[in-house]
Amino acid sequence: MFKLETKNANLWYGEKQALKDISIGIEPNTVTAFIGPSGCGKSTLLRCFNRMNDLIENTKITGEYLLDSTEIYKDMDVYELRRKIGMVFQRPNPFPKSIFDNVAYGLRIMGEKNQTALKDRVEISLKNAALWDEVNGILNKSALSLSGGQQQRLCIARALATAPTVVLMDEPASALDPISTAKIEDLIYDLKKKFTIVIVTHNMQQAARISNRTAFFYLGELIEFDETKKIFTNPEKERTQNYVTGRFG
Amino acid sequence: MSSNQYTRAKSADKLFKVVALAFTIFALGILVVLLFDIFSRGIARINWSFFQNLPSRHAEKSGIMTAMAGMLSLLFFTIIIALPIGILAGVYLQEYGKRNKFAKFIEINIANLAGVPSVIYGILGLTLFVRILKLGNSLIAGALTLSLLILPIIIVTTREAIRAVPDSLREASYGMGATKWQTTSKVVIPSAFGGILTGIILAMSRAIGETAPLLVIGALVYVPFIPEGPRDQFTTLPIQIFNWTSRPQSAFIVNAAAGIIVLLLITFLLNGIAIYIRNKWYKKIKY
Repeated sequence: MFKLETKNANLWYGEKQALKDISIGIEPNTVTAFIGPSGCGKSTLLRCFNRMNDLIENTKITGEYLLDSTEIYKDMDVYELRRKIGMVFQRPNPFPKSIFDNVAYGLRIMGEKNQTALKDRVEISLKNAALWDEVNGILNKSALSLSGGQQQRLCIARALATAPTVVLMDEPASALDPISTAKIEDLIYDLKKKFTIVIVTHNMQQAARISNRTAFFYLGELIEFDETKKIFTNPEKERTQNYVTGRFG
Repeated sequence: MSSNQYTRAKSADKLFKVVALAFTIFALGILVVLLFDIFSRGIARINWSFFQNLPSRHAEKSGIMTAMAGMLSLLFFTIIIALPIGILAGVYLQEYGKRNKFAKFIEINIANLAGVPSVIYGILGLTLFVRILKLGNSLIAGALTLSLLILPIIIVTTREAIRAVPDSLREASYGMGATKWQTTSKVVIPSAFGGILTGIILAMSRAIGETAPLLVIGALVYVPFIPEGPRDQFTTLPIQIFNWTSRPQSAFIVNAAAGIIVLLLITFLLNGIAIYIRNKWYKKIKY
């Protein structure tokens, strides 16, 4: 059974069609990489799963979108959906609040007031995001005092705090230096034991290193979706071959 | 570029620097002369009894007690009225309002309102609050009039502060399942708070200095008591100063100078607080 699934997904921004008839199934506890040149629809598809496209005006969407076989757009509350599917963005975007308040944010907006429960959950989330050892004892300091890489792991911890089962990552390491990137990649490798991860990346090596399966998109279409190894060594389609070897894009 | 052109460009550069410096000194010079004039006349007049005395026919017995009390109560009521309306309007226009032609129309008009001469607000206040609503020349009528005057400032600065909050913070909040109101109240407004506060304080110092609209609604009266409620008559420091400067006796001019010093200090203090908060806040929040 798929964790996330789309059937005949189509999406328009105004007149422009950004997704064309995409059907894809993502298995639980795997890392799936979405690759493709800019404007190919990979981020758009990612944002369909937690309905972030709803925030953009003039968007039209058709097709089926399923989380654990439940229709996302029809049979689920959007706020509940976004707690079940966490998201990490391209640039670290911690709130100008303390480290603790950042991680506790999702729980507090759900109405959690119990301090012990909050503390436990914050600690677990920071441990899951491999940040606990670096921030233990300075939880009351501003999140903005952390380095870029730490901020991004804080954002991951924040996304994990509401106990999602899926984490969507939109180029999470593109604004980070190589060492911070390596830490995020190690973290993603660990996280897949507990979570299902979908990651958009422009970095071919990164996709090859961390993902189990890779989907290649081009101009709003899903060109090929297979085992990462196969995509990078022996893809079915010539276009995929050209892209992963750097001959275009 | 030939060496001749180069020399000319260099001397033009020098000339511009000298001219700009001269004008700066000229502008500052006027300010210094004004301040020196005021301080040399008034500083000796400022003592404890000057703050404690009521206005009087005798210049030496006159004080700014009622003017200060009137000004502070007026400011209090103005802020209570203008603050919630201004901030909520700013938040609505920036976060909730649709981006269409009507919104654009409102936006331009609010910006224009900020530039309307204050005496026009006085005439509006006189017609609407003093006459039609029959509030008379009372504290509340004055506060309502000044509220209208500073509302555009508060709305515009609130909008600007909220616009400066990056969308990535809103996305982060929505991405965790927050509603629009949770995002606005827990992320957007706290992040914009420094900017909003600066706007409020600037609006306050504008309100403190206003004389014209209050003269129009009839605050230029002899008020030998401290206002005790919103329906009481009142006077304010700028009006008291205006009153004193129109007297022929030179002793009253000294009073006016002393009053101006107090008013200046209050305005500087408010502006200083605004700048302090802004710097402190911006140091803490770098997006």
